Amino acid sequence: MKTIKFLAFVGLLLSLTLLTSCKDDDPMILPEPADMYTLEDQMGRPAINTVFVTSAEKDDFNQTIPSEQGAAFATKFQNQLLALNAGYTTNALGMDAATFTGALATDVLTVATSGTTTFFDGTNVLTGRRLADDVISVELLLIFGGPNGMENPGLTDDHVDANDKAFLTTFPYLASPH
Amino acid sequence: MKKKNLMAACALMLMAAAGIVWAADHIDAPAVSSTSADITDYYAFQSPDNNDNMVFVCNVQGLLDPAATQAASFDENVLIEFNIDNDGDNVEDLVIQAIVKDGELSVYGPVAPTVTGVQSEIVTTGTVSTAAVTPYGSAPVIGTENGMKVFAGPRDDPFFMDFAQFGEILAGNATGFNDPGSDTFAGTNVLSIVVEVPKSQLGTAATLGTWVEAKRKL
Repeated sequence: MKTIKFLAFVGLLLSLTLLTSCKDDDPMILPEPADMYTLEDQMGRPAINTVFVTSAEKDDFNQTIPSEQGAAFATKFQNQLLALNAGYTTNALGMDAATFTGALATDVLTVATSGTTTFFDGTNVLTGRRLADDVISVELLLIFGGPNGMENPGLTDDHVDANDKAFLTTFPYLASPH
Repeated sequence: MKKKNLMAACALMLMAAAGIVWAADHIDAPAVSSTSADITDYYAFQSPDNNDNMVFVCNVQGLLDPAATQAASFDENVLIEFNIDNDGDNVEDLVIQAIVKDGELSVYGPVAPTVTGVQSEIVTTGTVSTAAVTPYGSAPVIGTENGMKVFAGPRDDPFFMDFAQFGEILAGNATGFNDPGSDTFAGTNVLSIVVEVPKSQLGTAATLGTWVEAKRKL
């Protein structure tokens, strides 16, 4: 019993000494440098990298921050648009090829902080993106549909208009997995 | 896992046949395709539940069939960062940073970033919201903090498109879409991070510029 008490006493002394020496004598322990994380993939609007960037440059596009995308990619986007639709003049938003691709090359989703948020609902344009928005048909229409949306009728709607499961009305809104 | 590989292989064959990929952002580029940092989709919308809140959704690791979903997990070295620009210069003024460690989601912000651009560090000085990652087959586990709600776990892929037919069109095997079309993404899942935040925490701009990034720990 005594031995144990003695050992405990020695242990206490030791730890006190250690604590004190930590405070007074040891060099200050610097906080660990924060972990850094580097960009691998990014996305603003749907299907931008997949549609408007050539295979060879898809990684480059993911590595280019939005504030630098316009200068680097606007002309390339225009070439890709005309490769997809050589007959492109303007679209239903009245944008010629340079205006349309210039707007798309900076891959940022604009979101209204009041009122309806939707990719396109017939009235509101690019005020957000809801789960149910048929974004692909909107993009097909703007790429292939011409100024009044009537050109290339076989290409302007994929006729998949909704998700295969209903969304929830409460958080987290996405449907449960299959 | 085999089924996932098969689906990925089918998708890759479609890509090759088409010469172009067209999905939302699924398998968008060689360096990230079918990796744990592959963003499949990004959504930002006013909460259907509360007009004063905004919802941000980032999905990763697409084309998961049910078996693959059960085996899938978030990469603990990948930071999902929602970026918010308040002044139209396309540089982030606020970030919401989400990362999973030991099965728990932590969401930092919205908070001003300490660095902008290609690299990020986690900013721990703002709100920190946490929630256990919801297991496959369980009811959603929702974390709440400072008016925010956060979630991480497998969900149905909300994206829909007749991707297969588009591939046929681009390959010259078809001249147009079918009516009705067939949703290539039906029956597949993704790993989702969902964050709901009071608009009052996102600045005063009438329009936000937003995008999401997957960033890997160096």
